[in-house]
Amino acid sequence: MSDPVPLRPSVAIRDVSKIWTPEGRAPVVALQKLDFDVAPGEFVVLLGPSGCGKSTLLYMIAGLEETTSGLIECDGLRVTEPSAERGLIFQEASLFPWLTIVDNVAFGLSIQGVQPVRRREIAIETLRRVGLGDMLDKKPDELSGGMRQRAACARALAMRPKILMMDEPFAALDVQTRARMQDFLLQIWRDSGASILLVTHSIDEAISLADRVVVFTARPGQVKTIVPIDLPRPRPTRDPRYHEYRDLFTELLEAEVERAFAEMEAV
Amino acid sequence: MRLSRRVFVRRLSAAGWAIASVSLFASAWELLWYVGLANPLLLPPPHLFLADIPGTLQYFDRSNRVGSLATGGGLSALLVTAAWTTLRVACGLTLGLVFGTLVGALIHYIKIVRNLLLPTILLLAPISPVAWLPVAIFVFGIGDVPAIFLVFVTVFFAIILSTGAQIASVPRNYIHVARIMGADERKTFWRVILPAILPNLFMTVRLNLFGAWMVVLVAESVGVGAGLGQITSMARATFNARLVFFTMAIIGVLGFLSDWALRTTQRRTLWWISPNQGGLQ
Repeated sequence: MSDPVPLRPSVAIRDVSKIWTPEGRAPVVALQKLDFDVAPGEFVVLLGPSGCGKSTLLYMIAGLEETTSGLIECDGLRVTEPSAERGLIFQEASLFPWLTIVDNVAFGLSIQGVQPVRRREIAIETLRRVGLGDMLDKKPDELSGGMRQRAACARALAMRPKILMMDEPFAALDVQTRARMQDFLLQIWRDSGASILLVTHSIDEAISLADRVVVFTARPGQVKTIVPIDLPRPRPTRDPRYHEYRDLFTELLEAEVERAFAEMEAV
Repeated sequence: MRLSRRVFVRRLSAAGWAIASVSLFASAWELLWYVGLANPLLLPPPHLFLADIPGTLQYFDRSNRVGSLATGGGLSALLVTAAWTTLRVACGLTLGLVFGTLVGALIHYIKIVRNLLLPTILLLAPISPVAWLPVAIFVFGIGDVPAIFLVFVTVFFAIILSTGAQIASVPRNYIHVARIMGADERKTFWRVILPAILPNLFMTVRLNLFGAWMVVLVAESVGVGAGLGQITSMARATFNARLVFFTMAIIGVLGFLSDWALRTTQRRTLWWISPNQGGLQ
């Protein structure tokens, strides 16, 4: 990227490692010495083979998991516990089935003690923004997978997060819905001004969305390389440069997948 | 409009099949009596035990007092007796649900409580509620309490064990969402965990409903001295087969109605779950 790095990154990951110590078994190094920044308003995609610990990194930034060593800062403050400023969206929408869509979106505001009338207003406004303005009083299971995922985005957006983290948010959706959800996400990203950190193992998703792609190695997860995507949006899939990125990521990932397999066979 | 008509037709046909099923059963019984295979003194068919309802009703009593003589109370006495029995079941189930959930949650969350209580609970859980009857009478004496206690025991242990298992199976992401939104442990429990496990706890209560009805009758015949159970037991002692079958019919109807009432409550309070689906999604 040609921009100068801002003084205070939105997320600063400094020398972060995570070691799992399952009872009665040898400790597993999930992540090793990660060190990178996310600029305010930047769209960063974490790409890597499955099991490389990229989701674990999201959970640590969210404050749901502790780092074993190193430091994570968001807007200059050390992450010690979860906060609604750092929204997290999962592969399944995880809406509460006992609440209507509008109440699901208002859930966080209600926990924060916002008055009922006000929180309903905010929830309705947010649902309109994600195109679910006429689904307010539906049950979650009356919505399609894509709509549920949008409602989950609305639930996070209603808290006006500065960082939106997404753990393979579209992996469970069909291909057509997935493409539409990617456009939707770019639009949300533009109007909210939040930084986005998205985990995926889809190369096309990474190229279509990211400002920068952080490529992970197989376990123990390390940053293999960081690739800025220097293409205008919407990303031209027919552009030869798109294919160059595609080939580059394919090559990077294949090497890691092979290494992971070789290691599994050795064990 | 169309939908409600379809629902109406479906209900009508369900009712039709119910009537057909009961009629088939009753006619088979009548036939056995007609050909002389069913002794009317021991197995009086429906037309006999339903023949003299006012006569049968004189064995029911309005007072719900131990050892009071039947006042020949008629229909109102029957209703009062049935209501008392139903009330014992309802109290026991409610207490069992509330305290079972409470103890189950404490066991799940507080390690020392779990270590101290769980082994004993696992030991007590398989004991048949009927075996608790003498204990109930020793402790509470003759009266309503032992019957309620027995119903309570029927659901209490099942709910404790189910609560722990249910809390453990609440999707992790629900709890993550609550924590990200800033909920402390108490709010997470009341706003997320409890609604997530409630449908299954309710299902546990429903599965134990018939058990509760069995137990309450035994308790009434021994430990209360009033109620439908006491009447069945008195009918047996006085060799009054008509009264036995009449009371059995009443018990059947009550059991059916109470299951219906529970299902309705489930539909109203747990509106997000379809009636026959108990589980988490």
